[in-house]
Amino acid sequence: MRLLSDSIGRKVVMAITGLLMVLFVVGHLLGNLSIFAGPNGINAYAEKLHGLPQVVWATRVVMLTAVALHIVLSIRLTLENRAAKPTAYAVDRRLRVTFAGKNMIWTGLLLGGFIAFHLLHFTVRSVPGLDIVQGLDGHGRFDVFSMVVAAFGHVVTAVVYVVAMAALFLHLSHGIQSTFQSLGLNNAKTMPGFLKFGSVLSVIFLLGYGSIPVAIFFGLIAK
Amino acid sequence: MSATEHGTMNLKLIVWRQSGPDKPGRFETYDAKNITPHHSFLEMLDVVNEDLIKAGKDPIAFDHDCREGICGACSAVVNGVPHGGQERTTLCQLHMRKFKDGDAIYLEPWRARAFPILRDLIVDRTALDRLVQAAGFVSCHTGGVADGNAILIGKPEADYAMDAAECIGCGACVAACPNGAAMLFAGAKVAQLAELPQGQVEAPQRVAAMVKAMSDNDFGNCTNHYECEGACPKGVKVKFIARLNREFTKALFQETLGTISTNRGTSKE
Repeated sequence: MRLLSDSIGRKVVMAITGLLMVLFVVGHLLGNLSIFAGPNGINAYAEKLHGLPQVVWATRVVMLTAVALHIVLSIRLTLENRAAKPTAYAVDRRLRVTFAGKNMIWTGLLLGGFIAFHLLHFTVRSVPGLDIVQGLDGHGRFDVFSMVVAAFGHVVTAVVYVVAMAALFLHLSHGIQSTFQSLGLNNAKTMPGFLKFGSVLSVIFLLGYGSIPVAIFFGLIAK
Repeated sequence: MSATEHGTMNLKLIVWRQSGPDKPGRFETYDAKNITPHHSFLEMLDVVNEDLIKAGKDPIAFDHDCREGICGACSAVVNGVPHGGQERTTLCQLHMRKFKDGDAIYLEPWRARAFPILRDLIVDRTALDRLVQAAGFVSCHTGGVADGNAILIGKPEADYAMDAAECIGCGACVAACPNGAAMLFAGAKVAQLAELPQGQVEAPQRVAAMVKAMSDNDFGNCTNHYECEGACPKGVKVKFIARLNREFTKALFQETLGTISTNRGTSKE
């Protein structure tokens, strides 16, 4: 039996790496929401976080490994599954498949691209053709607040982030409940609960993350 | 008198015709005339075939046997849904009262790489038999016929195993699965046997063999769409797929720790 080559083994890896990413998404959201507390909120949070380089780097290594595994396995799974169902039915009528479930590979690849862009944008802070505001605030801390507010003042950037969060919402509305099934934690009694849990959490992510570019673009958060 | 006055209906069938396994297939349109609401779907096909035979044409080949919803032989995808989409109903138990005069009905065979088409609506489902040969059995000696209640099995466990054993092996789950996976079929077998004392002994070896047999037999992987559960004419639930995943993870752990081997016939480390 092998974890990375057996069908269900890979499913378990998809679930565990997915779950790690969901945990990261929760933590990241809580951190990001500190922007609503103004420059003192998010700048202080960022300063504190970067004062813990071991935690930051350990998280980066774990997350990048999880993302890489998740992407590689999902592409393999998709190709294998397409090969196992070479002909589609003339009448495409689905009983349970959801739009989100059917498009996991596409929302996933979109998110993969977004993660790369987001890291270049706010972590590496170097995107060709994009002016990124970098400086220190009054307390000598890196001014995350001004950087983010300036970035989301541009309609294209704000739209890119909102679209990515819509993809995250779709991906997780199928993905979260799927995790419990893949890990074998599900049964007939827990199924509706897990489905609801996945939907509610995905909506929270959509509203939580989506509110930041929207609020900034409409001037609700401003310098 | 018109068809409607008799309560009969005329339908249009758009049927997949394919003369052999490696032959090209195509849809052909036929009229199903004077069909009563009391005809079962297969009886309706019998009527159409009678007409085709009288006209000197090749009848539509379709699988059928018991025609009472228990054998799992009938198999056709009706308007995109295996067995036609009436809950807990095989195609033979689907009745024409579910259709209206003038309806157009698309009829296709089960489609999955693991189920090659033999002719028209008939596919080769022996891949499911190979899964059972690989892993769907108990091989430990259970002695002679035991007294009725010598092995105590609780009612919930017996019911759970029975729910899994309801599978009639028709393959609708594979046909419905967007990935051509057999996880519901395999999950039902693994869960049924792992739930009962006689089957628990070989549970880790069984799940390992089952997962291997599924990929060896060209089935796809599960992506938790639950389309299989929607199409199953026996109401087999995807909780059995969760059980399959659970049994797999448990066996993988035990094997990694060296407490068991999933190769049949090898001794414990």
